[in-house]
Amino acid sequence: GGRAVQQDLASFSGVWVFAEFTRGRLAPVATELLGVGRRLADARGVQLAAVLLGHMTGDSAATLIGHGADLVYRVDNPALELFSDEIYEKIVSELIRQHKPEIVLAGATAIGRSFIPGVATSVDAGLTADCTGLAIREEDGVLLQTRPAFGGNIMATIVCPDTRPQMATVRPKVMKEVPFAADRSGEIIDIMPKPHQLTSRIKVLESVTEARGMVNIQESDILVSGGRGLENEQGFELLGRLAEALGAKVSASRAVVDAGWIPYPHQVGQTGKTVAPKLYIACGISGAIQHVAGMQSSETIVAINRDGDAPIFDVADFGVVGDLYEVIPKLIAAIERRRGS
Amino acid sequence: MKIIVCVKQVPDAKDVRLDPETNTLAREGVESIMNPYDQHALEAAVALKEERGGEVIVLTMGPPQAEDVLRQALACGADRAVLVSDRSFAGADTWATSYTLAKAVEQCAPFDLIICGKQAIDGDTAQVGPGLAMRLGIPYATCIQKIRSATDDELVVERMMDDGHDLLSVGFPALLTVVKDINQPRVPSLKGKMKAKKAQITVLTAADIKADPANIGLGGSPTQVVKVFPPEPRGQRAILSGSVDEQVEQLVTRLAPYLV
Ligand SMILES: Cc1cc2nc3c(=O)[nH]c(=O)nc-3n(C[C@H](O)[C@H](O)[C@@H](O)COP(=O)(O)OP(=O)(O)OC[C@H]3O[C@@H](n4cnc5c(N)ncnc54)[C@H](O)[C@@H]3O)c2cc1C
Ligand SMILES: Cc1cc2nc3c(=O)[nH]c(=O)nc-3n(C[C@H](O)[C@H](O)[C@H](O)COP(=O)(O)OP(=O)(O)OC[C@H]3O[C@@H](n4cnc5c(N)ncnc54)[C@H](O)[C@@H]3O)c2cc1C
Repeated sequence: GGRAVQQDLASFSGVWVFAEFTRGRLAPVATELLGVGRRLADARGVQLAAVLLGHMTGDSAATLIGHGADLVYRVDNPALELFSDEIYEKIVSELIRQHKPEIVLAGATAIGRSFIPGVATSVDAGLTADCTGLAIREEDGVLLQTRPAFGGNIMATIVCPDTRPQMATVRPKVMKEVPFAADRSGEIIDIMPKPHQLTSRIKVLESVTEARGMVNIQESDILVSGGRGLENEQGFELLGRLAEALGAKVSASRAVVDAGWIPYPHQVGQTGKTVAPKLYIACGISGAIQHVAGMQSSETIVAINRDGDAPIFDVADFGVVGDLYEVIPKLIAAIERRRGS
Repeated sequence: MKIIVCVKQVPDAKDVRLDPETNTLAREGVESIMNPYDQHALEAAVALKEERGGEVIVLTMGPPQAEDVLRQALACGADRAVLVSDRSFAGADTWATSYTLAKAVEQCAPFDLIICGKQAIDGDTAQVGPGLAMRLGIPYATCIQKIRSATDDELVVERMMDDGHDLLSVGFPALLTVVKDINQPRVPSLKGKMKAKKAQITVLTAADIKADPANIGLGGSPTQVVKVFPPEPRGQRAILSGSVDEQVEQLVTRLAPYLV
């Protein structure tokens, strides 16, 4: 493009991964990003660095090195205890301006999707949202970024040929991490933030983890998901029992969130969360396109529905046609039998 | 309180398909609607205005027919509408869109608050709101699920996080993006519809907002879409057979790898 801001592309080098650290731990997406980051860095013949922001990050930097980082930029400061768009943006933008990486990846989490667009604007870079595939184009070393759009109805491959860094947020659970190796070596660079970087015009008064068994459904390996077929709020008690038998978390369709049977953070779909667990069990969910958009990347999909023509069966690996109030108790019993033996 | 609401006209999600021959979007017969999240952004703004007084301006960048969503917004309580429209804006990515919207917002300044939807249901990026705030040099917070209280110089709001929420104090000016939990959008009244029909809509071109031609539209966009294709189909309608008991038995066998 003929953009007003021109850059010397060759002066940018290295792959960066933003290592999200919240509530005292690294988010799983951090090591997933190192997995894909390692592959991209090797294809480009450059270093892989992680950027770690937080407070009392302990041995997290070493964990990042064990999972593939050559270098960790660590900013450990009490002012980073709670997430702030403005503070995170200022620190990460400044690091990018100083060190000029060619690629910057972050998780497409609540935090990543919030402050990374601010960083991209600040450093004048293009940003591709919610990627599910990343590769290097052989001819010119450009990053090919593939993502779903239109609620998962189409996939698009996007490039940023004329600006650096090439920035992308990446969906949790899509990339594979490199197994931890204690003998991997790397360098940790501690960064002292400047006082002006640690102030924000928006104040965080309080940070609340939801009481009611509230979980981040995006991080769960197994999800038991309920829809209008549950018929009422009590149906979630049955789902809860199935979830317990499987070591799973409970998610839901929009219809039941709208009905007030379960809070919105549990909603899967185009206007809820995108999940990709190892196992997704849809119970009494019809399989509307907006729901499927949020769960179709799951490894295995099971559908339980009394209507054999329900579209959910089009995306299911295993389908059970039946009344969920009959099927689920039997399933729980069968699981417990198998566990017991 | 002077509030600007950014709304986008989007194709109705349930109608969107790829033409299998050309791999381009089949737009024929596809209805356009106001992005669902933006309906909640508008409702939040109108409710604040009703509580604290002030003015709500709706702003969209789009083709001439995007006027439809502006009239809808006027019918739902917005006071003024601005359509930023110019052929040279076509093909804008979020970088170029936030640039263009920022130049248009400057024409409406000063303001206290900008409210956007969390994301548009077509592009799905959730990047325009933060980008716009950065260009205007104002702070922002995304995914607001509740406005707890409002005074003339501060809002206390809840921001949805992946595992809970944060309580934020937001001074002015600032930009917020909202999720649908925040409110229930109103249905326009007959009187509102009548008013909207007659309302004058301000139309601004690239020249009117003094946009740098190098920063707008396809040419000004750092990201380029090189390919669109349908998602991999998955599943093969593998419905298990037999009685419910037999199906459950087969299912548990198949699920063995997950039962550890
Ligand atoms: C298949 C495909 C993939 C794409 N992927 C990317 C990508 O990864 N990165 C990228 O930079 N661009 C991308 N684009 C371009 C981008 O979708 C839009 O063109 C851009 O104008 C708006 O982005 P969005 O729809 O994601 O809006 P979002 O950023 O999701 O919208 C958030 C909010 O911003 C406001 N808003 C957005 N657009 C307007 C508008 N025109 N007028 C008024 N308010 C508005 C609304 O309040 C809206 O709720 C893609 C386009 C296509 C077709
Ligand atoms: C812009 C937009 C965004 C949207 N975003 C989302 C989103 O993010 N997530 C989402 O989920 N939806 C979303 N929707 C809504 C979506 O279109 C569907 O309306 C919704 O997913 C339906 O939920 P459901 O499958 O639970 O209910 P229904 O469609 O009513 O399906 C209930 C199913 O349960 C089955 N059933 C009934 N009783 C039993 C029983 N006893 N045993 C077994 N099966 C039974 C029925 O056969 C049926 O298939 C969106 C819609 C729009 C327009």
